This record gives sequence, C-alpha cells and structure tokens, in this order.
Amino acid sequence: MLDSNLHAIVPLLCVILSALAVMAAEAFRSPGEDMPLGGLGLVGLIGAGASAVALWGRNASSFNVIVADNFSLFITLLLVVVGVLTIMFSGPVVARDGLPKGEYYALLLFSIAGMIMMAMANDLLVVFIALEILSLAVYVLTGIRRDDARATEAAFKYFLLGAFSSAFFLYGIAFTFGLSGSTRLDRVGAFLAAQSMSDNPLILVAIGLLLVGFAFKISAVPFHMWTPDAYEGAPAVVTGFMSTGVKAAAFAAFTRVFLSTFEPFTGDWAPMVWALAVVTMILGTVVGVAQSNLKRMLAYSSIAHGGYLLVGLVSANDIGKAAILFYLLAYAVTNVAAFGVIALLGTKDRPNDELRDFAGLWHTRPALAALMTVCLLSLGGLPPTAGFIGKWYVFSAAVSAGYYDLAIIGVLTSVISVFFYLRVVVMMYMVERDAALTPPVKIAGLGMAALVASIVAIFYLGILPSRVLTFASQSISTIF
Amino acid sequence: MDGWLGVVIMIALGVGFAGVMIGLSLLLGPKNPTPEKLAPYECGMPAVGDARERHSVKFYLVAMIFLLFDIEIAFLYPWAVALRDLGWPGFVQLVSFFAILSVGYVYVWRKGVLEWGPVARTRGQAQRPAA
Repeated sequence: MLDSNLHAIVPLLCVILSALAVMAAEAFRSPGEDMPLGGLGLVGLIGAGASAVALWGRNASSFNVIVADNFSLFITLLLVVVGVLTIMFSGPVVARDGLPKGEYYALLLFSIAGMIMMAMANDLLVVFIALEILSLAVYVLTGIRRDDARATEAAFKYFLLGAFSSAFFLYGIAFTFGLSGSTRLDRVGAFLAAQSMSDNPLILVAIGLLLVGFAFKISAVPFHMWTPDAYEGAPAVVTGFMSTGVKAAAFAAFTRVFLSTFEPFTGDWAPMVWALAVVTMILGTVVGVAQSNLKRMLAYSSIAHGGYLLVGLVSANDIGKAAILFYLLAYAVTNVAAFGVIALLGTKDRPNDELRDFAGLWHTRPALAALMTVCLLSLGGLPPTAGFIGKWYVFSAAVSAGYYDLAIIGVLTSVISVFFYLRVVVMMYMVERDAALTPPVKIAGLGMAALVASIVAIFYLGILPSRVLTFASQSISTIF
Repeated sequence: MDGWLGVVIMIALGVGFAGVMIGLSLLLGPKNPTPEKLAPYECGMPAVGDARERHSVKFYLVAMIFLLFDIEIAFLYPWAVALRDLGWPGFVQLVSFFAILSVGYVYVWRKGVLEWGPVARTRGQAQRPAA
C-alpha cells in the first residue's frame, strides 16, 4: 500500500504528527479550557512503538538516509518508554507549576522525534539535523519556567555550549566530506576501508572534531561543564527526560558512526575514548560525593554513567555493543523514575530537591521512599536491579577486550558512587523529619503509576535480563 | 604543495599592499581631529542618541517568523525550477513541508503574534491565567 521507501519513517511520522496535533489543539484552545494534550502525545508514542515492533527484523530504509534496522528500532522503543513515562510524570507537574501546557507537550514530542531520527540517521547531515531538532526543543524545555532565574540561566548556558558543540560537530562533518566525498555513513565507511588513509592526518582531525561534538552531548568530561547547571535549573521531570533521552540518542549515533563508519580507525580513536572514559568515570563520581543538592548529585551521577557507557564503546566487541544498548535501557528507566520522585515531591514555590528535604521521607511517605531506594540502588549497580546487570555486562566487555584497567577503574568508581546513593537512603530512613522544613505534598496517582511501572521494569531487567539481552545482541548484529 | 606558490605570493602581495598603504597614511598623513571627525560615521548625518535602546519584543517575534518563512521561500524556489523533473513525488513532499509550516503559522496567528498594539498584549496575558 505505502511506498516501501516510506516504511522506515513511520515511527518518526507518528511522533511528529502527534506533536503537530498538540500544537494545533493548543492554538484553538480557549483560555480556560482543559484538553488532554498529554494523551495525544501518548497516542503518537504508542503508534511509534507499535510500528517499531512491526518493522523489527525487516531492515527497512527510507531515501537511503533513514534506516530502521534493529539497532535504531531498539533505541526507538527505548525512547518510547522514556517518552511515555515522562508524559505520565508531566501530567501532575504541568498542572501544579502552571507550565504552558501545549508548548510543553509539543516540545517534548518534537525532541523525541529528533531523538528517534538521530538513532535512525544513516547520513552525517541527517544526524546533525536530528541533533538540532532535539537540542532546540530541549533548550526551551530547560527554561520553560520563565519566571525562575535559575531555569533561565540553565537554558542559556545549555544553549550557548550546545551551539558551540554543534559547530565542532559540523566542522567534523565538513572534514569527513572533504576526505571521502560523501556524508552517507555507509559510503564514507566503504571509502575509508578501501583506501589506506592511516597516514593522512586529516582523518584524525575529522574523527577528533566529531568526537568532541558527541562528547558534549553525552556530557563526557571535559565537555561536561553545562550538565550540572542545566540539570539543576530545569524542572525535575524535564531533567529526567533529557538526562536519558538525549544520552540514548547521542550514544546511538555515536556508536553507529564510530563502530561502523570509523571502524577501520579503531586503533586511532580508541585511546582518545579510553581517556575520556577514565576521566568521566572518576570526575563524575568524585565530584558527585560533594553535592548537597539531589538534582546536582544525580547530574554528576549521570556524567559517571556516561563514562561507563564509553567503556562499552571503547571495548568495541559484540558484548560491548549489546551492553551499551542494555545499559542505556536500564539507566533510562532508573533515572526517569528517580527524577520522577523529585518532581512529584516538589511544590510550585519550592523544588524540594535538597538532600535535607529527603530527611525522614520514610516516616511520612513510606511508599515513595521505598521506590526511591530501588532507583538509587539500581543507579549504584547493586543486585538484583537493572543497573547491576548493565554494569556487569559493560565491565565484562572491557575485560574480554583486554581493557582490565578500565574495568578496575569502573568497579572502584561504582563502589564510591554507592556511598553517595546510600547517603540519600540513610537520610530517608534514619534521620528524623524536620516538620517545619517541608510540609508533605499530595502525590498524584498518575505519577505513582509511572513510578510503579518503572520499578517493575528495573526488577524485570535485573532478575530476568536474558530476553532483553537477546534483543540487544540481535540489534547490534544487523549493522556491525 | 606544487602550484600553490603563486597563491601564496598573491596573498602576500595583497596583504602587504594594504598594510603598507594604511601604515603610510598613518605615519605621513596630517592629523587634525575635531569632535565631528571622531564621531561614529552615520551616513553623514549627526548622530541622534544611543543605538543601544530597548525595542519591543514584537520585533524579535516578527524577525523570527520572517526567518522561518523566508527559508520556506528558499526551498520553494529550487523546487519551482526543477518542477517537471521532480514530478508528483516532489509535489507531495513540498505540500507536506508546507502543511507542517502551516500548523506553525496557525499557531503563531492564534497566539496573537501578528497582532500589534495594546489589544494584542492584553490578550496574550489573558490566555495565561494559570501562570
């Protein structure tokens, strides 16, 4: 029925159409009217998820630049999960904080569309366009609380540094095009593999510039400066979304470009990524210990998790590639849920995101404290949670590729990180609540449902990971 | 690096000539400054006030929308030139591109961006009672 050229973009179309529908609905909404705009978004995301499942294993491709192989479909499904959870957390938050509803959901959906496009892109220019679509939407989402000075500052910093990194990325594309005469990833890869370019220094310039562009987006040290400020200033639910979605999309493109196109040059880029992984793991963990704001602490934890993902990338073997996908999924459900708890605990006037706001949470809100504990244990990588399995596979990939040093550093930093995750748990259970500090807030049912769903996912991935791991290893076999 | 020597000489000559000329006039030229001569050049007219003053945010909105639809025209023109070669697929692609931009156009219109004056300003506020 449909032109077979169009099959691969169906998941993308679903999300974009729902975003357009939200925008049109917002335009015709009369001032006080309440519309189920989040529901429209859910419909689009579920459509995207269903079409991704239908496309599984068919290796569809549109116009040679958008490919729906199993790798991009795995990331698409991950992003659908992140999107659905985020919309469920957003419902109560948008109403409570009085955020502009139509704009919020439209931007959220447009950025998810950009992320899906980035995972599916088979052309460096399409990667760039997708990167800009998702980034511009996320910049605005960061500063969507316009009356909040910190949010505005965060959005502005994020925007400036993001634009800066885009320039690096674009310059890298220009060098790649200059060397190989194409921006299509398969053609560039074939050209580079056919010709012996190892002695050409320009290829190193191209790889280096692209690496900087990606490193900014995955907030690898030393390109992480924007992360703590942006994550702290943005509304908690947006932080949960961007710390997982942007990272997943950027890692998808990163993996595709470096492990398939630049695969012949692994010997050249592996030492650079190795160094990035080491400093990212160490700095993310060590500085995280010193934070007193939970959002800031989780921002450094997110930097450290980027470092663990880089370990999977530098290993560059089959276990490593599957581990990246599994780790992204485990990290996504965990981090969205952790930020969801912070978002649900906040009030309009007070974000309630300081560590001491969590003191004695067990006594006032036992269910919420228990769910938060599971998230923190999963972030710390303790069994039987998803984070444990993810770390296990990443480190075993490093060991099997001969990177014993990376595995040792990874395990040591994980141990340190458990300290600051457990500090929050100790606060919640063992410290008495200062009643005057924060009155307990009413928790919305929809948010609670999203939390329970993520906790089930964390335990499922932690106890019965083999099914999802099989999917992950099937996904990487299609492209590499 | 064969054959590029001429380009290097050309660049050196260009930079050198301009540098020598500016340097000579700096060294040898008579200097007789008056306040009028030191004022920023503004088409020969006396400068009126400071250029750094606040403009209505409306200008930025209109500028942004102009940019957007200007780019739409930029895509329209090559399509018009290659209309027969692209055929129906090209037509469908362009129409869907327009449809997406039209949603944005309807959105800014309904939000009152195209309305000028105090009426539009109060209406924009009235739409956000919850904030």
